[in-house]
Amino acid sequence: MFRVKVVITLRKSILDPPGKAVHHALESLGLGAVEEVRIGKILELKVRGSDEEEVTRIVDEACKKLLANPVMEDYAFTIERL
Amino acid sequence: MASVRFGVVVFPGSNCDHDAYHVLKHVLHQETTFLWHKEASLKNCDVIILPGGFSYGDYLRCGAIARFSPIMNEIIAFARAGGVVVGICNGFQILCEAGLLPGALIRNACMTFVCRDVYLRVENVQSRFTSVCSPGEVLRIPIAHGEGNYIADEGVLRQLRERGQILFHYCEYDGSITSAANPNGSTENIAGIMNETGNVMGMMPHPERASEQILGNTDGRKIFSSLIESFVLQPLVTH
Repeated sequence: MFRVKVVITLRKSILDPPGKAVHHALESLGLGAVEEVRIGKILELKVRGSDEEEVTRIVDEACKKLLANPVMEDYAFTIERL
Repeated sequence: MASVRFGVVVFPGSNCDHDAYHVLKHVLHQETTFLWHKEASLKNCDVIILPGGFSYGDYLRCGAIARFSPIMNEIIAFARAGGVVVGICNGFQILCEAGLLPGALIRNACMTFVCRDVYLRVENVQSRFTSVCSPGEVLRIPIAHGEGNYIADEGVLRQLRERGQILFHYCEYDGSITSAANPNGSTENIAGIMNETGNVMGMMPHPERASEQILGNTDGRKIFSSLIESFVLQPLVTH
């Protein structure tokens, strides 16, 4: 069994309104050193598979078909053996 | 005029399904039926309406889960064979997720849910969704959404423009297209588009909420009237 963490964010070329709002709030807090905020989501999956390669294939398909929308989002994931 | 058979799809979380049904059945006197999302048949409908609402609570992304409802396989096959499909608000989001329309709808640039009347300029009156409008006509129709900000890459936008697939732009009351008239940050003020073959249309505004005099506005009826007329002029070939 593997634990997979998928991180999905809006593509860099797309304005992220919530991220921008949080960035403004951080500036108001005096944390002007924070230059940019991008908000995304994390999905934790438990995946059956014999090795990392197989799990990568499965998660990649899940991301492409449902978890992320390639028109607006990028995804990345890490795999940990349980 | 012979009745056109409309099917209004009901997903868990749809909330404009009854409005669409009411307008089609009781105002425009068309044969209309609900289609539960788990059904595998479109019951010989001529037009499929994907109504507004919050299918599956907008989990993951608006429309992303509804796109995998059992009935969507039928609707995708129907649309690919030339069947007429209309997505309103959440329905537009579902059509984009299903790949039946290009682009995507993301969070409004203003970050708030916007619920008010907007003006739309009709850009193409050659379509079966706008044929009773006059070129450049301005319609007043309400919007109610938090994720109506249309995006697409430059190649897609160019194609939409060149092939007349942009049906509505958000505009001022006089038809001028300004950034102030853009309620959600949509690229180029785009409010509604159709596919290349002209049988699938998606729009964020709600024509079904503006189709009766008693509600003070009948501009939305023009969308449905265009559709009904299109079947008289061009009988249906699919099924």
